[in-house]
Amino acid sequence: MKDDHNGAPRTVPIQSATFSNPVNAEIRRAAATGIYDIRGGGAKRKLPHFDDLLFLGASISRYPLEGYRERCDTNVTLGTRFAKNPIQLEIPVTIAGMSFGALSGGAKEALGRGATMAGTSTTTGDGGMTEEERGHSNKLVYQYLPSRYGMNPNDLRRCDAIEIVVGQGAKPGGGGMLLGQKISDRVAEMRNLPKGIDQRSACRHPDWTGPDDLEIKILELREITNWEKPIYIKVGGARPYFDTTLAVKAGADVVVLDGMQGGTAATQDVFIEHVGQPILACIREAVRALQDLNMHREVQLVVSGGIRTGADVAKAMALGADAIAIGTAALIALGDNDPKWEADYNALGTTAGAYDDWHEGQDPAGITTQNPELMARFDPIEGGRRLNNYLKVMTLEAQTIARACGKNHLHNLEPEDLCALTLEAAAMAKIPLAGTDWYPGKPGTSY
Amino acid sequence: MQTFDLEAQGLRALNSTLHAQADNTDQTHWEIVNPKGSHAIAVGLDAPIEVNIKGSTGYYCAGMNKQATVHVHGSVGPGTAENMMSGTVIVEGDASQYAGATGHGGTLVIKGNASSRCGISMKGIDIIVHGNIGHMSAFMAQSGNLVVCGDAGEALGDSLYEARLFVRGSVKSLGADCIEKEMRPEHIAILEELLERGGCDAKASEFKRYGSARQLYNFNIDNAY
Repeated sequence: MKDDHNGAPRTVPIQSATFSNPVNAEIRRAAATGIYDIRGGGAKRKLPHFDDLLFLGASISRYPLEGYRERCDTNVTLGTRFAKNPIQLEIPVTIAGMSFGALSGGAKEALGRGATMAGTSTTTGDGGMTEEERGHSNKLVYQYLPSRYGMNPNDLRRCDAIEIVVGQGAKPGGGGMLLGQKISDRVAEMRNLPKGIDQRSACRHPDWTGPDDLEIKILELREITNWEKPIYIKVGGARPYFDTTLAVKAGADVVVLDGMQGGTAATQDVFIEHVGQPILACIREAVRALQDLNMHREVQLVVSGGIRTGADVAKAMALGADAIAIGTAALIALGDNDPKWEADYNALGTTAGAYDDWHEGQDPAGITTQNPELMARFDPIEGGRRLNNYLKVMTLEAQTIARACGKNHLHNLEPEDLCALTLEAAAMAKIPLAGTDWYPGKPGTSY
Repeated sequence: MQTFDLEAQGLRALNSTLHAQADNTDQTHWEIVNPKGSHAIAVGLDAPIEVNIKGSTGYYCAGMNKQATVHVHGSVGPGTAENMMSGTVIVEGDASQYAGATGHGGTLVIKGNASSRCGISMKGIDIIVHGNIGHMSAFMAQSGNLVVCGDAGEALGDSLYEARLFVRGSVKSLGADCIEKEMRPEHIAILEELLERGGCDAKASEFKRYGSARQLYNFNIDNAY
């Protein structure tokens, strides 16, 4: 550094942790445009997560199962409480709801293909059910959303389960927006709106306002579908104890709980990063609600939000979840944000791994777009194969861990199999801090 | 005519019986007695049958109706004819909140008044209300027609898309992006047909038309409230 103070040393320039370069850049962008940032995906900030938990494995007091040979089952049944036809899945990893409109028809087809090959379910999204998706999904969950785009009784009857979406982890309390540039003729027709205009997805349902109403809404849906379909209620990670309690009270067969790492097609960045809780903080509270109601395992719990590996799956299940849903990870498996499109990402002012302007419809990978030229880059058969492979690996990884813990079914994993690496994770997951038998808030102990 | 005593036979038996009616059923006329405010009566019908409900109903009467004509000889609770696809629902009395919510098609006639959020998010349904409607009606209404022979409450047509709103009486206030529009001859013709379909003797010339200013159609920060 230039010294112009008569040879006396000077302090080096220090970047502010508060006003960091990315923060300052966002201030300048806001000042220049007057428009807040909208993007896709989930929270990007570092959060307490499953990486902050470890499995203890077997030891003298725990007897492991042989890693490759001994049986470790992975099947799960969802919807055993009231539905005549619960969903039977071979693996506990499901595909979360993502809309046709946000995704191309080919991407929806690939999700169906991959999920079916792996023996699990996929889920529609805002915008209704497409033939590609129904045709290629052996088990298809039909979302019942506030917008009711494309909602109709025929599709209600040909789905395998109904998911009433109250909220999602990326934006609990918020709605969504599909910007006009992604509204093709087909998307517009499915949503009963003109081509090219922004399509708002409302933040609350139009014909019920609270848990008492919701109970009656569920009655209506069950009557329309002859009580055959499992009914899920999906909530964002806001107040998991009370939301789970109220969902059970309203008559849910399954509660789907989505943490703030869960993705969205398009929402304000400020919403994604500042509203809701990480999934790690939500699972035990939801399980506690189910246990208090004597409904744990009777009402199944599906959790989502930042699940990436079989280790994440195993940890979520050890905390009490019955199954897992993945969204962002499934898109990455299909080819989203693949470095092979780096030049195209650069042209859009971003880079592979960071691309999140899914709402603009220019996805180089042809997945989050309705642009025919870009969509042609994506092969739904190859996408389905890749997703199936990924789901198989996640399942094998989870089984490997479960066997090491001496469990012959993933559902037998339990909190006792875990320790926490950080105080935050210990407190949120109610798992002892590594090397101790204590976590903050443990009954009978002081803080 | 088939008579069904809801109190004695139960909701599940009623709906499963009505769902079992095929397009060519001979049992085209049904009368439901003792509804006593029950919820989810005659939901998910999909046959050209006529169902007369003798009394008042609870939530979601005739929800997701297709083809059928459901005639309620009383008042209805929230969400009547919600997400209707086709057919006709006639309410002799008043309707609670969300009447015709998200309806994709068919005709809903309310001979009394309708409460708040009538026609919310409607997607092609035609709703004819002989009396007044409450606040936030036709919120985010996408397409179809809402005819109000009486007055409309606050924030009519907030965030409206392409639905047409016809009101004969006063409008307490218009919602965001909803404006009064010229009543051209083609609108008079549409309204006359709707009034006739809804059994109203009002004159189309007495109505004003409201629709979207289309200023909220594309994201712009200046549109944020």
